[in-house]
Amino acid sequence: MAQFTLPKNSKIGKGQHHSAPEGAKNVKRFKVYRYDPDSGERPRMDTYEVDLDKCGPMVLDALLKIKNEIDSTLTLRRSCREGVCGSCAMNIDGGNGLACTTAIEDCKGEVKVYPLPHMPVIKDLVPDLDRFYAQYASIEPWIKTQTPPPADSERLQSPEDRDKLNGLYECILCACCSTACPSYWWNPERYLGPAALLQAYRWIADTRDEATGVRLDALEDPFKLYRCHTIMNCTNVCPKGLNPAKAIGEIKRALSDRRI
Amino acid sequence: MANAKAYEVIDHRYDVVVVGAGGAGLRATLGLAEKGLNTACVTKVFPTRSHTVAAQGGIAASLGNMGEDHWAWHMYDTVKGGDYLSDQDAVEYMCREAPQAVIELEHWGVPFSRTDSGRIYQRPFGGMTTNFGEGTAQRTCAAADRTGHAMLHALYQQSLKHNAQFFIEYFAIDLIMDDDGACRGVMAWDLTTGTLHRFQAHMVILATGGYGRAYFSCTSAHTCTGDGNAMALRAGIPLQDMEFVQFHPTGIYGAGCLITEGARGEGGYLTNSDGDRFMERYAPNAKDLASRDVVSRAETMEIREGRGVGDNKDHIFLHLEHLGPEVLHERLPGISETARIFAGVDVTREPIPVLPTVHYNMGGIPTNFHGEVVTLKDGNPDSIVPGLMAVGEAACVSVHGGNRLGSNSLLDLVIFGRSAAYRCAEIIKPNSPHGKLSDGSKEKILDRFDKVRNANGDQPTAAIRASMQKVMQEDVAVFRTAETLEEGQKRLNRVVESFANVHVTDRSLIWNSDLAETFELFNLLANATVTVSSAINRKESRGAHAREDYPDRDDENWMKHTLSWLGDDGQVKLDYRPVHSYTMSDEIEPFPPKKRVY
Repeated sequence: MAQFTLPKNSKIGKGQHHSAPEGAKNVKRFKVYRYDPDSGERPRMDTYEVDLDKCGPMVLDALLKIKNEIDSTLTLRRSCREGVCGSCAMNIDGGNGLACTTAIEDCKGEVKVYPLPHMPVIKDLVPDLDRFYAQYASIEPWIKTQTPPPADSERLQSPEDRDKLNGLYECILCACCSTACPSYWWNPERYLGPAALLQAYRWIADTRDEATGVRLDALEDPFKLYRCHTIMNCTNVCPKGLNPAKAIGEIKRALSDRRI
Repeated sequence: MANAKAYEVIDHRYDVVVVGAGGAGLRATLGLAEKGLNTACVTKVFPTRSHTVAAQGGIAASLGNMGEDHWAWHMYDTVKGGDYLSDQDAVEYMCREAPQAVIELEHWGVPFSRTDSGRIYQRPFGGMTTNFGEGTAQRTCAAADRTGHAMLHALYQQSLKHNAQFFIEYFAIDLIMDDDGACRGVMAWDLTTGTLHRFQAHMVILATGGYGRAYFSCTSAHTCTGDGNAMALRAGIPLQDMEFVQFHPTGIYGAGCLITEGARGEGGYLTNSDGDRFMERYAPNAKDLASRDVVSRAETMEIREGRGVGDNKDHIFLHLEHLGPEVLHERLPGISETARIFAGVDVTREPIPVLPTVHYNMGGIPTNFHGEVVTLKDGNPDSIVPGLMAVGEAACVSVHGGNRLGSNSLLDLVIFGRSAAYRCAEIIKPNSPHGKLSDGSKEKILDRFDKVRNANGDQPTAAIRASMQKVMQEDVAVFRTAETLEEGQKRLNRVVESFANVHVTDRSLIWNSDLAETFELFNLLANATVTVSSAINRKESRGAHAREDYPDRDDENWMKHTLSWLGDDGQVKLDYRPVHSYTMSDEIEPFPPKKRVY
């Protein structure tokens, strides 16, 4: 029988426990994934007890309280703290989301916090997103036209045509959707993933763009597009309430329509 | 010097290096790439995470899509909004170029909302009028209430199209200056690999944004730490008009998240605990659409006089429920979501609790309208610092004077990002040879890096930061007096002194956010220090700088820009530059100062 050995650092060890200060009445436990690339040690789950009476309402508030008051080595990305920059995407309580818009009270029991799944981890909660960004760039996410725009005015677009971009242009590239997708876990180097495909469709749906044919040609590929098996995890986790699965469906429909 | 030598430094050479990838940095970067200049953009966050992404209401330009408009009216509003401290040549340049710049953005694919005739939708905004103050202008071009997001993503997309070169999650540490006071490059730390990089360039463009995080409650992102401002100060360059800190009238009470002025532009209004629409008393004509400094002061007065809302009577209500679900859904979907998440409010039914919240820094690195950094040298107030430019919120051109009008910042960043790129194309020949850099400047920077990295005192970074934020929040607020400011200065000095005892726990170089935050704190302290000194010094009330002990504007003595230098010893030196009360062209006369009423 074949013998498999797990790669180095793939098993998570038991970490440190940081107890709540004495007298804290409203304590919540956060179990946080820790990995220090310099130490050579395997990752571990550290436990932090946070006094919610002295903490803001969001998971990000708790993580920053931990970083500020308990353990300043805890490493995560964060910026806007209001759900528009997409920095603090992570796996919280079993699902992907933004720490800044996930309420602590919506997490039952211990709050388990991991980096986005199936991405290389640089440190703690910071995943390496280079491939994710390269996939975004690969769909050439910029307007393409042959017709020159009017010299001194905007291109015209009816409000109805502009409405077609709603649910698409709001994407914040947080990677919650792609890293929740089993197809993406399985074929990350060949399947573009829901985020890049949503963006591809954003340009296909834009009536100002004149490269729909070329865009569809580029996507007509058993892996880039058709690894989507409508599992719907993407739509379930999107912190902005977008529907990447529907966008992917629209691309598939456009491809089948043009064959007829 | 021994420690500095322990670090290996990777050298890069570019025609231009842009620091920061928000709206201004990206606009400059892609403009430079377009012109064939070999350009690197160094940024501490992935471009679409920059704080431009959080801008909501829109970008001002006199397109006239929703009624008659003229760039001169926009210019008048901007000069008046800035309480006559704006440099009028720069304002003329910005307002004249605005329509073309917005059209360019549309051509690049920004998904602007549309009018029925298919043109860019424009909404009313505070202080934006027609016919030199007579009517209400609809000038602010919007993509629902996500205009900054739409613009930032489009600018990044255009940068990808032009194959611009990015160094992402590189933290800029310091400018490399030569002995003649010229900038020759910038040193940065790559968070992902933990390596140090020296970027040599014919021009460095600082596009590092504001320093809202000097305060406890701000709409600014965690990353708004005034890094470029502080690097300029350390390079011996003064900052300008740092006393002018804008408080946005509608930050969500508690969370501080921004609710766009566009909410009032679409018909929202403020009330106090009596249910009174108090802005009618403070600004009879413009009412809730008076400029931000006026509205923030009015809110503060209401709260002070016991008419705040809530259990502690310490905030104000913003009403949108009368607008109807359709308008809210179409025009204000983003803030509807923000209010639900951060205030637990359904905007179709109940008002949003709001409070004046630190939002924008009118002050920054002094520049001319080409983006070139200027300083006062040998009696010349427009002396150019060779090799250095600044754009966006980090810069003080100054178009915003004492108070910025809403939707002029997205405009500022594209206009001056673009003009900086144009200027570089004029004065730099692509791929021209570089001179030799002395190692002295490098070692000085690395010594500081090493010292902070190994800081082993007893004060955690977060504790010092919290003390600074508390002082700024309490003592350098909407209303100021000599007493509060001097108390603030004393307290802040103690905070600055405590930085000598800072403790960095994380000793690694890979994604050491403990260390990065410590550098950011050091930068914030520099910004805060010159802000307080400038505020004590300016003995008048103008724009966002409201002195209760000097309630009037004093054009005779104070129609001038404050310059503030920060010495290595922590001492602030102040001087002045004249305001450009002349225009760029002969087509318009400058607007003489008059009493500012809305």
